[in-house]
Amino acid sequence: MKAAVIVFPGSNCDRDVSVALEHATGHKPAMVWHRDSDLPQVDLIVVPGGFSYGDYLRSGAMAAQSPVMREVVARAKSGTRVLGICNGFQILTEAKLLPGALMRNAGLKFLCRTVDLRVENADSAFTAGYAKDQLIRLPVAHHDGNYFADADTLARIEDNGMVAFRYVTPDGAIDASGNPNGSANAVAGLFNEGRTVLGLMPHPERAAEPLHGNTDGKPLLDGLVEALS
Amino acid sequence: MTTTHQSKEPAVTPELAAEYGLSLEEYQRMLDITQRTPSFTELGIFSVMWSEHCSYKSSRVWLKKLPTKAPHVICGPGENAGVIDIGDGQAAIFKMESHNHPSFIEPYQGAATGVGGILRDVFTMGARPIANMNALRFGSPDHPKTRHLISGVVAGIGGYGNCVGVPTVGGETNFHPSYNGNILVNAMTVGLADTDKIFYSAAAGVGNPVVYVGSKTGRDGIHGATMASTEFTEDSEEKRPTVQVGDPFTEKLLIEACLELMATDAIVAIQDMGAAGLTSSSVEMADKGGLGIELDLDAVPQRETGMSPYEIMLSESQERMLIVLKPGREDLAKAIFDKWELDFAVIGRVTDTGRLVLKMHGETYCDLEVGPLVDRAPVYERPWEPTPPQADIPASEAPLPGPATEVLHRLIGGPDLASRRWIWEQYDSQVGADTVAASGGDAAVVRVHGTNKALAITTDCTPRYCFADPVRGGAQAVAEAWRNLTAVGATPLAITDNMNFGNPQKPRIMGQFAGCIQGMAEACTTLEFPVVSGNVSLYNETNGEGILPTPAIGGVGILPDASLAASVAFKAAGEAILLIGDTVGHVGQSLYLREIHGREAGSPPPVDLAAERRNGDLVRGLIRDRAVTACHDLSDGGLLVAVAEMAMAGRIGADIDLPAGLDAAGFLFGEDQARYLVTATDADAVIERARVASVPVLRLGTTGGTSLTVGGTDAISVDGLRTAHEAWLPAVMAGGADQPTS
Repeated sequence: MKAAVIVFPGSNCDRDVSVALEHATGHKPAMVWHRDSDLPQVDLIVVPGGFSYGDYLRSGAMAAQSPVMREVVARAKSGTRVLGICNGFQILTEAKLLPGALMRNAGLKFLCRTVDLRVENADSAFTAGYAKDQLIRLPVAHHDGNYFADADTLARIEDNGMVAFRYVTPDGAIDASGNPNGSANAVAGLFNEGRTVLGLMPHPERAAEPLHGNTDGKPLLDGLVEALS
Repeated sequence: MTTTHQSKEPAVTPELAAEYGLSLEEYQRMLDITQRTPSFTELGIFSVMWSEHCSYKSSRVWLKKLPTKAPHVICGPGENAGVIDIGDGQAAIFKMESHNHPSFIEPYQGAATGVGGILRDVFTMGARPIANMNALRFGSPDHPKTRHLISGVVAGIGGYGNCVGVPTVGGETNFHPSYNGNILVNAMTVGLADTDKIFYSAAAGVGNPVVYVGSKTGRDGIHGATMASTEFTEDSEEKRPTVQVGDPFTEKLLIEACLELMATDAIVAIQDMGAAGLTSSSVEMADKGGLGIELDLDAVPQRETGMSPYEIMLSESQERMLIVLKPGREDLAKAIFDKWELDFAVIGRVTDTGRLVLKMHGETYCDLEVGPLVDRAPVYERPWEPTPPQADIPASEAPLPGPATEVLHRLIGGPDLASRRWIWEQYDSQVGADTVAASGGDAAVVRVHGTNKALAITTDCTPRYCFADPVRGGAQAVAEAWRNLTAVGATPLAITDNMNFGNPQKPRIMGQFAGCIQGMAEACTTLEFPVVSGNVSLYNETNGEGILPTPAIGGVGILPDASLAASVAFKAAGEAILLIGDTVGHVGQSLYLREIHGREAGSPPPVDLAAERRNGDLVRGLIRDRAVTACHDLSDGGLLVAVAEMAMAGRIGADIDLPAGLDAAGFLFGEDQARYLVTATDADAVIERARVASVPVLRLGTTGGTSLTVGGTDAISVDGLRTAHEAWLPAVMAGGADQPTS
């Protein structure tokens, strides 16, 4: 699997995801600077976490207009897998590759903790490493992770099996206590309709080796390698 | 030479100088150096360079008493940060610095720019910052300003650190009424560099270009250093405009751009613009190089119009650096800063005159000899009086008022020991994907990227000990830092200190400073734990009321293998719990005495540094040999609190025996030093190793169940403890619905 990681000036998880991809694939992904518009031919494009252009406006709003994102959108439309993590998820919604928006957390504070998730749909290159309904734990670290979409959009998302991961309690129940940021329908990770694009707030690259104290993110990367190699 | 006319500048008089913080004696000293009446710009430069904040004029004679050398020390105090060798051609670079006054006036920006400033001190030297820590002291939880201050400071630290992408991995937070009008915000950064790629600030090479990079200069933060050098009064709110405004996104760009430039061979010297901005950076670079610097202030990137030379030189606008480049490297450097969309301007040259010359609009506004500005800065041997010793309080004066577990429940859910989760969940502790352990343990553990090694980092101080007995308190702060690093299995290497005290012109306060230094020096020497960097913050007083003396210690140690790191959580049921170190039951200055008996009194626990070292060396060996399954140092709250913390972290209970012959309150809640709790599957092996090392060890009990049981009958559920432990801070922050019981 060949992968590229998009690097905005304020990206700060670009190195982390690059290391995790290297561990999974055995070779370094291409790092693509935000002002570049020629993206190498790859199987997977990752839009990493961070603060893209500072995010003083709306998280990801400026990044979605950058030259490299025009190319990412074009590739996504032609079927290249695109993975957006945290700020990457925000950028993918701003770029309209994914429906809805990510608002300020319901608690209004930045939140860094490990959360419980349920795998809602294992039928994709991104989630093939998990089983449907599997309970996993992944770290989140964000200020704007409160997923919002209007009722019609939410219905479409649910009808089309577009929810990849949902926030749950340790027992797997969906309720307010298991939802760290107030996301509609407890959405933590979302596919596009073709399940070729995934945006998620949790950070699989921070739970990818034993020293992290948690390897629940590793199947996501390994599953991608398996599916796209 | 003299300055040419500056018709727009005010005339300098002793009265004007006094307004800018110079005493009459200091004014005269300035005239002796200049041999003429200085210009207004020059007065501003003297004023900040000779401020307490920049000159260390009250503390310098004492700081010299601290040990600063060890074979692994590459660079001690005097540069932007301390540098230690961590093997394999790598160095850890770190420092802690205060931003107390700004954070009280404007908590979000004050704390945020505190983080920004300390980050720059570290990456200036060529290091990529890999971890942030902090040491925070707030006033009483029920003081009307406390919630606002906590909320702003925590959001500011998070807002800055999270965006720049440096994990905030730990720290400490205390409450005490002495901080009601003067909180402490001490921020620490640890960075990683190659030992052959460390950058210093001494200018060199006559004719070399002096380059300004980063953000534009505005009128913010003018005279911040001077503000930090005076006491607070009721009208300190008016000083809000002296607080700088931070932009973490620009800082992130600056880090990347500087590190990219540092990978080339273009840099001769580099210095961040921190306190006193362009003034202190240019003066320090020239002074350290024994050279002069001439600057054309018209070339300084400015974001406001009509700025005067005085304003440009005194501005503390954030995210700016000054660099001396090798000749002919301007284009290479500019291309890097263009890529990162940061300002880049050649603003001057290195000269052989030894003078700081500032020109603007074709006029000379400053022409000062640099050497005397630094070397002849005032140094005061302030009068001091030792702190009177406090009596020992026998444990029998403070008997348990009820079951020990009820006392535990109150302590663990009270201001000093309640969980700080509400705070640290606002910090991204994992960015970098090298965090092995963050808040919640004895020390943070961060892997050295690309290796199996890890750095352990901690911040510690027990101000109430320092107040009661500065010598013991100073030694204890260093010893506790050393112990916390040891408790995760690390070899302690060096410390940075952040000395927060009241008004040094009061002999009683100066006595606290002198005592703490004495205690710290003794501990640093015995534990071979030198000071490599530090910061002094004096005048932490409001309306004449000083804070508790607070020498915050930031300690750094190394683990050869990150996977060896010990943690506090009980791992399994049925394991032996062993107490390492001697317990006599010292209750003076304990949290138990204060929270349960309402007495903040007595002598603090003695610090036996030889025992500290012996016990710690044993524990570290046990951890490295995987002979123990968990480890926790004993500090605030004593033995039972430590057991409870291990139980809550592992969600496993324990049965604890009460030994005969010791007072129960003293045994369970006394704060004797040099102690650790460990768990082991093979207790006999641990006991034997302790015997061989002549270290006291006591088999305390066994892990298991869902309750903590003391002496066979007195039990409390671990979940119940956890609920109390987690509830306190969120309740306080939610508006005092559930105010502390104490």
